[in-house]
Amino acid sequence: MKERTVQLEVLRYNPDTDTEAHFQRYEVVCQEEWVVLDALNKIKADIDPTLNYRWSCHMAVCGSCGMMINGEPKLSCHAFLRDYEGVIRVEPLAHFPVERDLVTAPDDFMEKLKRVKPYVIPKEKKPISEGEYKQTPAQLMKFRQYSMCINCMLCYAACPQYGLTPSFIGPAALTLAHRYNQDSRDGGRMARQEVVATHEGVWECTFVGACSEVCPAQVDPASALQQMKITSSLDWIVEHLIPGGRSAGDAASREDAVDKS
Amino acid sequence: MAKSHKPVVWFPFAAGGTVIAFCIPVILLLTFLAALGHVPAGLDYQNMHVFARSGLGKLVIFGVVALSLWSSAHRLRCTCYDFGLRADTLAATVLYAAAIFGSIASAVFLARI
Repeated sequence: MKERTVQLEVLRYNPDTDTEAHFQRYEVVCQEEWVVLDALNKIKADIDPTLNYRWSCHMAVCGSCGMMINGEPKLSCHAFLRDYEGVIRVEPLAHFPVERDLVTAPDDFMEKLKRVKPYVIPKEKKPISEGEYKQTPAQLMKFRQYSMCINCMLCYAACPQYGLTPSFIGPAALTLAHRYNQDSRDGGRMARQEVVATHEGVWECTFVGACSEVCPAQVDPASALQQMKITSSLDWIVEHLIPGGRSAGDAASREDAVDKS
Repeated sequence: MAKSHKPVVWFPFAAGGTVIAFCIPVILLLTFLAALGHVPAGLDYQNMHVFARSGLGKLVIFGVVALSLWSSAHRLRCTCYDFGLRADTLAATVLYAAAIFGSIASAVFLARI
């Protein structure tokens, strides 16, 4: 197997001893077909055991190893060394507080995920004895793509709006809201609109599209957000321009809130 | 958290974006051809004048101009925001005012035909 020597410049930060982060350069002998994560594992095993980073599956499924590689949000298990020339710069995911080295705190994203109610709020409740909620392949295809998110948060690191306005609910959480809104078994859209249709919801998005470019699961969050802008706009027309529309919307919203509890 | 009133500006923006995508490239091409002296048959001055004098023609032309202007103004506002210019109210006021001024101007010119 062919070997190559790779230079990695890794951002280091130890909250116990460092006042600010600094870059540390490592020279690593790698196999030609390795990914950046392999190189980091080699550093950890043979050169510097103090290096911290998250990873788990090594196959772009778990979403744990997101990092900025040469300034671009990437899964390090999916970033092949052969695609890079010269020194490879590895930094923690942008727009998230750094805990230690390449480890970031995802608390803000987790909190936002909860706010969009990312679960089926059944349209009609029925006892188990009545059997399962059935769905046709066509109904499944309406939301399947949006259910493929692996919560890697690359889209948050890529989104300039999230970087500038941290209160923005952001691409992945809003896309998950859309995934449940599109589900034929779900009746919780009006409850989710309380978050989705606010300034911090879809309206903070300016359709830059970076989220969809960096998404390793081809979820295309930007398309989900644009679709939600259309439905939110139609809701607005019903609520403000059609007599009686507002109360109907509110009633549906209250029902869903009761459903959830 | 209160729901946003952004659909008021977003709906014409979305409509304008569609108009720009479908009409503007064709208009640019036709204008370019006309500038080179190749006016397609049926689109000569006389025919276009008759079209612009009719009520439907005025409405179509006004729709294309006003929606395109509004869409461009909103897109520029968003671009300012993306680049970190946080004076959103100022940017919105200046750009939307320009779009409204352009729309009124086109309505005035159309009414005079």
